[in-house]
Amino acid sequence: MDYTDDQLERYSRHIILRDVGVEGQMKISKAKVLVIGAGGLGSPALLYLAAAGVGTIGIADGDVVDLSNLQRQVIHATQDINTPKIISAKRKINNLNLDVNVVTYEEMLNSQNITRIIEEYDFIIDGTDNFPAKFLVNDACIFSKKPFSHAGILQFFGQTITVVPGESTCYRCIFHKPPPLDVVPSCAQAGVIGVIAGVIGTLQANEAMKFILEKGNLITNRLLTFDALESKFRDLPIKKNPECPVCGEKPVITELMDYEQAACKIGTK
Amino acid sequence: MELMVNGKMLETTANISVVELLNQKNVESPDMVSVEINGRILSREKFNLTKLQEKDQVEFLYFMGGG
Repeated sequence: MDYTDDQLERYSRHIILRDVGVEGQMKISKAKVLVIGAGGLGSPALLYLAAAGVGTIGIADGDVVDLSNLQRQVIHATQDINTPKIISAKRKINNLNLDVNVVTYEEMLNSQNITRIIEEYDFIIDGTDNFPAKFLVNDACIFSKKPFSHAGILQFFGQTITVVPGESTCYRCIFHKPPPLDVVPSCAQAGVIGVIAGVIGTLQANEAMKFILEKGNLITNRLLTFDALESKFRDLPIKKNPECPVCGEKPVITELMDYEQAACKIGTK
Repeated sequence: MELMVNGKMLETTANISVVELLNQKNVESPDMVSVEINGRILSREKFNLTKLQEKDQVEFLYFMGGG
């Protein structure tokens, strides 16, 4: 495939980077990235990946845009209220860059459908907003050997780790199972500062870029945390856990499960 | 004894357990965090019995479910 003059100009600031070049940009154009959740984390991730010219971007989300989303979910606008998030997000991506093939999944992922969807992609970004979904994404990616970026945000705090299945620390290595109901508040209950979604979601897009370009070091075997009040990052090394229930030496989780904890209970906004 | 807790030095009584440290640091419930000691995750069942040692590096890793 050859780039047109317009494409060469559009991606010129990438192409002049020594670690990208035309070759790297071609990798970006051929890459397939799935973003699960077009919310706070998914919004900046989707926008940067689309601007970068990622060839295929999948978006999975079963929600519609709500007025209370707009304080941080920057891919959506006031006119999109009550519109499915995948439609709203696809529209913004198309406006930004028609080079991107956008594939939408208007469904909440569960143990029955997630494997079929993630199989199509090179890299997955977890932008979900509840624990059952985060554990599901982790397990499905481990079983399907798909590298992914996990992240979570709450109040003024955020954290992210990238998982390369079989090689690096996974989400369950750190957090074995979802916390008991109502012990940990959701963003709907405890609030979240809008910009933390921008900081952490953008880091997730950066993970996808590094993975695609095969440059730099992924956030593997460490949890990167950010405190927006102090404006401080901390980089915490965490070894792969031999007792991990899904990727440890004696895994006890060998198939996908749907935690009964209803997503709405722990916040869907 | 001296510990490093969440990146900051903390003077504690000798032989403090993980649960005692969680209490001292006002972590509302042990269920809110995973605990890492010197780069390794400590399983939750061992919070009660595990005594910390001088210079241990302890991290409380909080569950964050938002997105």
